[in-house]
Amino acid sequence: MTTLTKEAGAPVPAGAGAFLSVRDLHVSFRTEDGIVRAVDGLSFDLERGRTLGIVGESGSGKSVTNLTILGLHNPMFTTVEGEILLEGQELTTARESELEKLRGNKVAMIFQDPLTALSPYYTVGRQIAEPYMKHRGASKKEAWARAVEMLGKVGIPNPKERAKDYPHQFSGGMRQRAMIAMALVCDPDLLIADEPTTALDVTVQAQILDLLKDLQQEFGSAIIFITHDLGVIADMADEIMVMYAGGAIERGSAGEVLRAPQHPYTWGLLNSMPRINSDVGAPLAPIPGSPPSLLNPPPGCRFHPRCTFQGRVGGNRCVTERPLLGTDRASACHLTAEQKRTIFIEEIKPRLG
Amino acid sequence: MTEDLVLPAPRQAATAGEPLLKVEGLTKHFPVKGGFPIRRTVGHVQAVDGIDLTVHVGESFGLVGESGCGKSTTGRLITRLLEPTSGSISYRGQDITHASRKQIAPIRSEIQMIFQDPYSSLNPRQTVGKIISGPMEINGINPEGGREKRVRELLEIVGLNPEHYNRFPHEFSGGQRQRIGVARALALEPKLIVADEPVSALDVSIQAQVVNLLQKVQDELGIAFLFIAHDLAVVRHFSQRVAVMYLGKVIEVGDRESIYTRPRHPYTHALLSAVPEVNLADENAAPRERIRLAGDVPSPINPPSGCRFRTRCWKAQDKCATEEPPLIRLSGNHEGHLTACHFPEDPTIEARAEDIVLDPALAALEESLEEAGDGD
Repeated sequence: MTTLTKEAGAPVPAGAGAFLSVRDLHVSFRTEDGIVRAVDGLSFDLERGRTLGIVGESGSGKSVTNLTILGLHNPMFTTVEGEILLEGQELTTARESELEKLRGNKVAMIFQDPLTALSPYYTVGRQIAEPYMKHRGASKKEAWARAVEMLGKVGIPNPKERAKDYPHQFSGGMRQRAMIAMALVCDPDLLIADEPTTALDVTVQAQILDLLKDLQQEFGSAIIFITHDLGVIADMADEIMVMYAGGAIERGSAGEVLRAPQHPYTWGLLNSMPRINSDVGAPLAPIPGSPPSLLNPPPGCRFHPRCTFQGRVGGNRCVTERPLLGTDRASACHLTAEQKRTIFIEEIKPRLG
Repeated sequence: MTEDLVLPAPRQAATAGEPLLKVEGLTKHFPVKGGFPIRRTVGHVQAVDGIDLTVHVGESFGLVGESGCGKSTTGRLITRLLEPTSGSISYRGQDITHASRKQIAPIRSEIQMIFQDPYSSLNPRQTVGKIISGPMEINGINPEGGREKRVRELLEIVGLNPEHYNRFPHEFSGGQRQRIGVARALALEPKLIVADEPVSALDVSIQAQVVNLLQKVQDELGIAFLFIAHDLAVVRHFSQRVAVMYLGKVIEVGDRESIYTRPRHPYTHALLSAVPEVNLADENAAPRERIRLAGDVPSPINPPSGCRFRTRCWKAQDKCATEEPPLIRLSGNHEGHLTACHFPEDPTIEARAEDIVLDPALAALEESLEEAGDGD
């Protein structure tokens, strides 16, 4: 379970036993237009062998969070505050050489677009073998054999021959399989998958998602799965964190967040998404407006300019006070727990059909 | 954004059911050049290979399929942005397959297009007013009260502030830009709009706004839509009839209900079972079937003989390789539900006794995990 408290000013110490714990993370970029606060006070924990799904729209800070874990941001323009602890090791202040030892070894990443993430200059086999040689000190021959084995495992037909191919000779689905093979070659403890299937067709996506799930069972890695697709997250994640404008606004187990969501933004997402078995007669209920600019985010609750339930909170707390996200199953909203429950059951659920 | 859209009264009572657009045997082959020093045609990408479609007046017709199946090419052929290799396209009984620029000019204004990418489909150097009035200028249309008044009206219809007439596209967000694209398509009062992935570049919360807008436009102005998308749920929401394409062919077509709950073609089954689903109802819903195909779509340069799906199909037999299945109405199917398959599946999407997993890596992993599970 994700355990977390974010109390104003004083983040609690990292959850005991958590494999990865992020505490009060702030990431901001200096740009020509001003300072972009891409991630603003984010905390979460992840245990071994579990899958955390992060869902949010573009610009919600979900990708930035994960690039920061791996230290892949440009330090020239980025300010990182807070803590990222991987098995007790602090990553935000770690030196580049220490991070290098982690990347591809203990922590691996699968990117959205495999064509730009793979080098066109080297064969697929060589790219998979490289981290194995670097981190495990394997010989060229051993590493090549390992690369072929991994390609076979992820379902590339005739892996011995295909390892000698270049990425452009692979189809989209096969490239993503090669990326997965590369990520898993050193048996990582943490796998970060940033929209790994968004660029793929739906039948191929289903294959890749199932493959990831099965491989996770075999390798026992923890996975952070980032996507904007609620259907994919429902399929993959044990726990879900919903992000909006740089912060987490709701978290809980997959069943809790999808079947009894508490935050108006999560309601909006569910209501605006047509499903394969929803009622076609009813029009979709979109969230009004569009996501805020992170250069100048709205005060108080980030979602209040688009929220239709603001009036029920009373006063102007939504505008002045930023709601906090509690521990475990929680949502960052000023509505009372009772209000959240009744609004969902009486007003939101009937519309979901 | 305002949801109370102001819409003008429908121009004419659309007689639904009458075919507006009829496509027969439509084919588009793109030549593949190769060789040195003389570049010769070494093959053809058979992007669209003999498809039949009918879009009725005021109807929304969905076209789904994976990338490379020819759905976008079909849209571009129908709007005559591409020249068909063979086959025929007739609009209101008039053959426009190879009509010249001059011949097609009056029809162009009746068939409009909405593009996928709202960033590259609007000229960044023109104001919104200029973009939307462009089609009227080209076609020499002078609406009552002037073009500017009409543009302001259109902006209001699509839910934008008419005051934004003089702004440039970069001042708008993605969803708003797509609204500008819709306004431009509406400028000539079209009878048919070809919408090629109109919402796939937008965020989920914005997608719904644009889908609702298109639906409103379709209902209230009686415009027929050819809605091309890869998202099965969006197509289901928007379209009354749906055609499923695979490698340049229509493999199944029918009303929404038939395609989504009583599919017969194995590919339609596979496609539907691959859609990731949010199960909001607790555990009481019947589980859906699980089919996992192996590999990707074959190359359209050298498609499989006979039935094009046979290389990934679990029911394929010798007959499938030699004989191309015709698109016909199978016994037990509703009127207008046509399927191109020699060995169709049962019309249900409920879970089968055994999952179909064709992907070898997936099957091997699942087997070993199962064994490990049994060993415990």
